[in-house]
Amino acid sequence: MTAVAVENGRRQFDYWLTVYKRTWKGSLVSSFLLPLLYLAAMGIGLGSFVDDNGTGALGGVGYLQFIAPGLLASTALQIAVGESTYPVLGGIKWHKTFFSMVATPLRPADVMYGQLAFIAFRVLTTCTVFLLVIAAFGGLGSAWGLLGLPVALLTGMAASAPVCAVATRLDNDAGFAMIFRFGVIPAFLFSGAFFPVSQLPNWIEWLAYLSPLWHGVELSRDLSLGTAEVLPAAGNLAYLMAWFAVGTWLAVRGLTRRLIS
Amino acid sequence: MATLTARVVPLPIKPGNGRTLVERNFLVYRRSWIVFVSGFFEPVFYLLSIGIGVAQLVGDFTLADGTVIGYAAFVAPAMLASSAMNGAIFDSTYNIFFRMKYAKLYDSMLATPLRPWDVATGEVTWALLRGACYSAMFILVMLALGLVESWWALLALPAAVLIGYAFAGAGMALTTFMRSWQDFEFVSLATMPMFLFSATFYPIETYPGYIRWLVEITPLYQGVALERALTTGHVSWTLLINALYLAVMGTAGMYVASRRLGKLLLK
Repeated sequence: MTAVAVENGRRQFDYWLTVYKRTWKGSLVSSFLLPLLYLAAMGIGLGSFVDDNGTGALGGVGYLQFIAPGLLASTALQIAVGESTYPVLGGIKWHKTFFSMVATPLRPADVMYGQLAFIAFRVLTTCTVFLLVIAAFGGLGSAWGLLGLPVALLTGMAASAPVCAVATRLDNDAGFAMIFRFGVIPAFLFSGAFFPVSQLPNWIEWLAYLSPLWHGVELSRDLSLGTAEVLPAAGNLAYLMAWFAVGTWLAVRGLTRRLIS
Repeated sequence: MATLTARVVPLPIKPGNGRTLVERNFLVYRRSWIVFVSGFFEPVFYLLSIGIGVAQLVGDFTLADGTVIGYAAFVAPAMLASSAMNGAIFDSTYNIFFRMKYAKLYDSMLATPLRPWDVATGEVTWALLRGACYSAMFILVMLALGLVESWWALLALPAAVLIGYAFAGAGMALTTFMRSWQDFEFVSLATMPMFLFSATFYPIETYPGYIRWLVEITPLYQGVALERALTTGHVSWTLLINALYLAVMGTAGMYVASRRLGKLLLK
């Protein structure tokens, strides 16, 4: 049974890969160029002013090294959420490919697993390139920073699965504008990627702790700077995995209801 | 009768027919007002994140002329200019492309007495009205946070509308050349680097000579220079050049857009 499920999921992944082979050029700017430009503008340009002002608030770390692991996790989140919105609702509503998929031996769960596997692939490829550039710029504090890659993957998936779950329950794309404006952008700006969250007013600080992105940023930064400790790191990991697990369960349920009724 | 005459006898362009299109958009957005309202939050989030968080890390800036300015007061006018650009670009590219290619909205409009020029002016007017709402709210937030330092800031709203005009015109002209959604990557290829490098986050003096020159000729830099001068009160005659640049850009864009719309749709 599980062998069948794995095989079905693999075929689904294959479908998305074939689609991406034809459209990857369109994602070059947003996936690869954009994070690099952010790194240059904020890490290097603005960073020179932050460093001149004194890096006490950052624990003596240069701004580039502070911001790079944060940007890596944020990029993973943005790519993952982007691939979990329009492509999912599109498969249900606009091109209806999901309906033709479940007319074959594939189950809705296989369709969702294939989708998630493709999102993981997108996050991994993008973040690998980004991580290499960070290393070339001198943005890694230590070799442990390479572990930022699996952390970025987990962060992306922790956000992707619940967004897929929402997408399977939406009637139109107006909800996506809300997800981006009140979920992704505030998370990007206030999850400690650009400055320590302790500078925020108390109640916003607590909101930041709830967001999966803060846990991803914290973990990948601690690894990169070599300041990670076992217990907090395990907590961050567990929190991210919980988001991913619950999100996946809800997404499979949502898609099953939508496709088979 | 008047309508029939207008259809049979090609009268010279009358101003004001774009009005009906503005009315149409207003009616449409009444049904999805929440999308409209939420657009206001994005630049404010950026302002708060950078104004509260990053500003503490950067401290005060000493500008080239020796004035010392808080970082939030330095960044805020640049955020105002960028959000005017982003809003205008979004309205005049994605929305127009969808209406043109998928909703076939303009095909039906041009079957009425509306002309391509009316469609172009109507859409740009709508984009500007929408942008003006967001900019006004943003300026009020700046005022509340104590980031406005001069009475010249009264001109910040018209300046934001001018920035919107420049980008809406250019965006609409470009949209008429787009083949598919993939082409919109070129739009972000232009707007994102401008957002990050147009002296938005740090002074233009940071750049070495030739890069500085390159930044100075981009349209968003013109807008940032304009807004920053107005909200900080460092006003000089060169602002007229910035304003003229934006006005010419918008008008040229509108002209091209209406010509192209006519070609594409009135075959």
